[in-house]
Amino acid sequence: MSEAPQLVVEDLHVRFRTPQRMVHAVRGVSFSVGREKVGIVGESGSGKSQTGRAILKLTPPNGTVSARRLQFQELDIAGASEREMLKVRGSRISMIMQDPKYALDPVMRVGAQIAEAIPETPRLSTAEKRDRVMAMLEAVHIRNPARVHDLYPHEVSGGMGQRIMIAMMLMAEPDLLIADEPTSALDVTVRMQVLAILDDLVTRRGLGLIFISHDLNLVATFCDRVLIMYAGRIVEECAAADLQNAKHPYTRGLLASLPRIGSRHQKLAVLNRDPAWLND
Amino acid sequence: MTDSTNPNAMISVRDLRVTFGTGAAQVHAVDGVSFAVKPGETYGLVGESGCGKSTILRALCGLNPNWSGDVTIGGEAMTPVRTRSFYRRVQMVFQDPYGSLHPRHTVNTTLAEPLKIHGIGEADERISRVLVQVGLGPAFRYRYPHQLSGGQRQRLAIARALILEPQVLLLDEPTSALDVSVQAEILNLLVDLRDRLGLTCILVSHDLAVVAHMCDRLGVMNAGKMLEELPVSALEDDSPTHPYTRQLLAASLGYDRRLASGAVEDIEG
Repeated sequence: MSEAPQLVVEDLHVRFRTPQRMVHAVRGVSFSVGREKVGIVGESGSGKSQTGRAILKLTPPNGTVSARRLQFQELDIAGASEREMLKVRGSRISMIMQDPKYALDPVMRVGAQIAEAIPETPRLSTAEKRDRVMAMLEAVHIRNPARVHDLYPHEVSGGMGQRIMIAMMLMAEPDLLIADEPTSALDVTVRMQVLAILDDLVTRRGLGLIFISHDLNLVATFCDRVLIMYAGRIVEECAAADLQNAKHPYTRGLLASLPRIGSRHQKLAVLNRDPAWLND
Repeated sequence: MTDSTNPNAMISVRDLRVTFGTGAAQVHAVDGVSFAVKPGETYGLVGESGCGKSTILRALCGLNPNWSGDVTIGGEAMTPVRTRSFYRRVQMVFQDPYGSLHPRHTVNTTLAEPLKIHGIGEADERISRVLVQVGLGPAFRYRYPHQLSGGQRQRLAIARALILEPQVLLLDEPTSALDVSVQAEILNLLVDLRDRLGLTCILVSHDLAVVAHMCDRLGVMNAGKMLEELPVSALEDDSPTHPYTRQLLAASLGYDRRLASGAVEDIEG
């Protein structure tokens, strides 16, 4: 990246206080994101989602975040007040959640939900807002926007729900999109469509994308760069195309444990976790 | 019925239909599906959510009595309501080990229950033996599900199915709730147990790679219908002909913008 990165994260820590003990979920993560697709991969509990949430200051109340630097464009997120964050969330940085079933308001029509995300300035009339919503529904490849506009979330399929959420997140034209497992609730063929939409947005609008996923194959084929997280740390960073040649034993172990077409009659490699990975 | 079904098959399904709802809202979840599974074979059912693959398993295992068609298992024609002896021969492992285990039953209670229901003695020995078989060991015997990891829970669910020494094991997405490294352990365990105990299995999955790893043959389903049946070797040779199977195969290899551009055009409005 020749131009300055959109987001710089240096030495990010997220800790949770539980009745039993202190859980150190993210332990000193550093990376930067430009106008590109950056994948964060890891297994459950690796801290990948908490990393995404910390960027938006959406860490649950029992967690504390600290970082040497957490900079988004000119804004110092680490020092930003809740008031300042309200101006950032959903307008300059948006987040796409895993499951549209839980993230959409069940008692509000789709069109109205998307319209809510339209910035307050300049003031638009109801008709203008409706036009913007329609245009956005079309942009995420919904063929009959007028019909979908008046549906409730329970009336749409999972794939369409996810596209509606993407439409909502793009309404404010953010510079950075954080997508937390955006396609794992979707069928494989629908997943392709949603990914293609995200891909085109990055290319056309030049936004930065943080793509959080547990699916190594998907990240390797979809993203530009990949960060591999294990136990709250980034253990390896590489170009997505080079993931097959990853060096860290954890990454290599994960890749080897994937069943493949053609792996019949072979035992799958089982990951032996080395305690040294926690510290190196 | 003997003339219409394959006598050598362990599981034979002919023209299976399952519908939900009535009138205009009626949904044909399974719409005339036929297939047969030989003894010792592992048969895969693949398709996307809502295609009817899990509904087939639920009809086969007796969880859903509202089906029509001919189903024979081990040469015996199935009726909608199953006898107790049926469950000694056919057992099922469910997708979500967080939902399929009773949270307030210890491992021991969970495993003793099927033995009690079927009046089988030597519970103590059988429980220790099955725990070793699934790689948990005696230390886990008096733990509760919340003290187990996802992979350990799925091992327990497999142990619960195997403690009755069934001939047929029905697997409904047994690894889709697990991390990839844990998935590898469970798949190795299932392959190992199947080969050792000579189990006949049906594996339902949306993941073509998992099916290709475990199965000998598979059926590809869409909208309640069986589109095609093919040997796993056809996937390995990259020779499936049906466009839907090819689409699934391409999608299983990861993201490809060129393939996706075709897909983007066909979104329903």
